[in-house]
Amino acid sequence: MNAVTTPATARELTTYVLRLADTSLVLAQRLSAWIGHGPAIEEDLGCANISLDLLGQARLLYAYAGELEGAGRTEDDFAYLREECDFLNATMAELPNGDFGQTIVRQCLLDLWRLELFEQLTQSTDMRLAQIAAKAVKEIRYHGRYSSGWLVRLGDGTDESHQRVATALVMLWPYVAEWFAEDALEQALAERGVVPSVAAVQAGFEARLAPILRAATLTRPSNVDYRWFGKRAQHSEHLSHLLAELQSLHRAHPGAQW
Amino acid sequence: MRPSVPRVQSLKVYGAIAMTLPQDWALYEVFVRAKRGLDHKHVGSLHAADAAMAIEHARDLYTRRQEGVSLWVVKSADIVASAPEDAAAFFDPAEDKIYRHPTFYDIPKDVETL
Repeated sequence: MNAVTTPATARELTTYVLRLADTSLVLAQRLSAWIGHGPAIEEDLGCANISLDLLGQARLLYAYAGELEGAGRTEDDFAYLREECDFLNATMAELPNGDFGQTIVRQCLLDLWRLELFEQLTQSTDMRLAQIAAKAVKEIRYHGRYSSGWLVRLGDGTDESHQRVATALVMLWPYVAEWFAEDALEQALAERGVVPSVAAVQAGFEARLAPILRAATLTRPSNVDYRWFGKRAQHSEHLSHLLAELQSLHRAHPGAQW
Repeated sequence: MRPSVPRVQSLKVYGAIAMTLPQDWALYEVFVRAKRGLDHKHVGSLHAADAAMAIEHARDLYTRRQEGVSLWVVKSADIVASAPEDAAAFFDPAEDKIYRHPTFYDIPKDVETL
């Protein structure tokens, strides 16, 4: 059964699906920058594989958003022809790679959040969203295994590797808050069972994170009051640079085909 | 300073984890089973800090195109190989014993993987 019964619901769901899609696309772009620069060729491919999974998720989600919107926009229109102020990705996804440790911390936090979120989305009353989530969950489960494995190695590794991921965790933690600051749109969709409640996702995320941080000998940072809101298009200064690179080819050669 | 938290000794079922620099990683040989009922076949090698990482690297490097349903990795150093100088003594004596080849019966058409 499809949950989209009114134009209002369709609009809300379009926005929600774009949030998911943009987070996948922006993170895919960030991760792909490790190709040729990883600590080992095996890690180049590890990051590239995750990046391609994320790109695939973004494509499915953009296609669905286009159908919901009903204005004829395609995947490429969403990815290449929107401005920074149109992107709705979670802010953490756009933050720079930093060193490999910082990339791993960012990836692990995002993986654990997305794993919990997408697992719960498989129960969505919106069939299409549930199907996309079911495909993505298998991929994200591996991503989380990769990133949490590395987080444990680095956190429980040498003094330097520990210091680097500990610093990255403190730097990145404030960006977690956005995921669990439920807004009216998420609340409205959750009431209709289209998306899970933010509180349920947060509980699952914390439960997944705690044993990994323990194994990595890392301390969970305290929450901060300030919240970023990439999901409402309020971004850090990093997104516009990322998009400039992502969109440059399409802007130079509109409609270019392989 | 490191916090005084007990360290983990193992990562799930793959044994002790190691934290070494990529240039010190050990070489592992990778074996992939293409589908149930077939043998694991050697497909190549890779570098990893330990067995857990080797399995993940094997997945990332050698099963990107649906090549398999199961993976084995083994440290290259743990493989015992016959010496090239022994080749003549080891293998040549079989050369003139064609009667050891099972050429006298037909393999049924439906048995694909024999």
